[in-house]
Amino acid sequence: MNNAHPGLPEFDYIKPATLAEASQFLVQHENESRPFMGGTDIIVRMRDGFWKDKYLVEVKHLEGMTSIHFDPVKGLTIGAATSMNNVAAHPDIQRYYPLLAEAANSVASYQLRNRATVVGNICNASPAGDTTGASMVLGGVLSVHGAGGLRTEPLTTFFLGPGKTVLKPGDIVTAITFPIPPKGWAGKYIKLGRNALSDLSIVGVTVLGYPDAATKSGYRFHIVLASVAPVPFVAAAAEAVLAEKTISDDVLDAAAAAAMDGCKPIDDVRSSARYRKLMVRNLTRKALDEVWTKIK
Amino acid sequence: MNTPINIKVKVNGKEYKRAVEPRLLLSDFLRHDLELTGTHVGCEHGMCGACTVIMDGVSVRSCLIFAVQADGHEIETADGLGTEDALHPLQQAFMEEHALQCGFCTPGFLMTIIPFLRENPNPTDEEIRTAIDGNLCRCTGYENIVKAVKKASVKMAGKAK
Repeated sequence: MNNAHPGLPEFDYIKPATLAEASQFLVQHENESRPFMGGTDIIVRMRDGFWKDKYLVEVKHLEGMTSIHFDPVKGLTIGAATSMNNVAAHPDIQRYYPLLAEAANSVASYQLRNRATVVGNICNASPAGDTTGASMVLGGVLSVHGAGGLRTEPLTTFFLGPGKTVLKPGDIVTAITFPIPPKGWAGKYIKLGRNALSDLSIVGVTVLGYPDAATKSGYRFHIVLASVAPVPFVAAAAEAVLAEKTISDDVLDAAAAAAMDGCKPIDDVRSSARYRKLMVRNLTRKALDEVWTKIK
Repeated sequence: MNTPINIKVKVNGKEYKRAVEPRLLLSDFLRHDLELTGTHVGCEHGMCGACTVIMDGVSVRSCLIFAVQADGHEIETADGLGTEDALHPLQQAFMEEHALQCGFCTPGFLMTIIPFLRENPNPTDEEIRTAIDGNLCRCTGYENIVKAVKKASVKMAGKAK
């Protein structure tokens, strides 16, 4: 036995037999342990010295963690440890949730997507998460196994800040579920990166639209923006514009402007805040146009 | 802490049993413990693709996997592809098309392309470029790599890989 990588901190690898055992261990070792699935983010953060957990608790092998199940009435369930490539390639997801397949396919590289998971992407709570927007606009709900048993957490109230979520010690997300999408819907994810692939988003725009008799315009849109706020940003002002006014080119313009005005990006290594704002307007407009053309 | 774990891994058809520290990366396990140096280590951040190996039939980055996670799994590395006298058709095509200069990135490309060609034996240039988007090469500019993959696909389709 030799040459463990010196750049990585020492830890113990725990492989519990059941979810209950895993949750119990995580509670007992609060603040020094975390659930472990694909590891594509965790290993990098450990190497970079941000995370120094004493224990990584393997949960990928537990029951149901890698299954995908579609029911025409109840909707879609994706086990938490399902790889992004398996999500993107699944025939039911391609057929009924193409937006999710598209988002999963936009993450990093093929090799990485064979390990990375949608739920891991969400639990990291990065504002840049590529699959978070699609998961939110499609009404994703997390199944969580915690110290007190099973519960659900909707994504709408899941994120608290960069890397921060409502999850508590002992919580293990076991799956994400999606309802059947609304009738007549269309969606679009536009990712702006330094290059077409393999990079974190400078700005990400996810739009979903569908006919809805309950609104004044007769349509409802959901818009989630990535990399422009501490959490995935719901462009509520833009959504309101599109629900209230009869949709025209001018109204789409106004909604895109509202998305720009509402978000509060920062300057960082990937982009200036100003550039992000302008791109939010342009890309939201572009995504709206594509979705509107399909649903009107 | 750092309790060693016994693992059993099949690499290029051969079974290995070792005790490893949990923090040992699969890439380092292959290179140092098993002395299979065909897998190269570049960025160690999952960006460059040099360390790509095949795990249970799909390409993965061995720098982002702990050796303990490979317990009970099957790994293929560039070491198992061909010999100097009998190169794998993909290696042969890389040589003929001059798809490498320094060769550092090459094992990663090979192990990315092999499962890709198993799934898509007759790819277009565009599909090849998408397939290798997770592998960086600083020498070739990729043109010859695409040509080599194309050439290998034709050869391998004949042999049914």
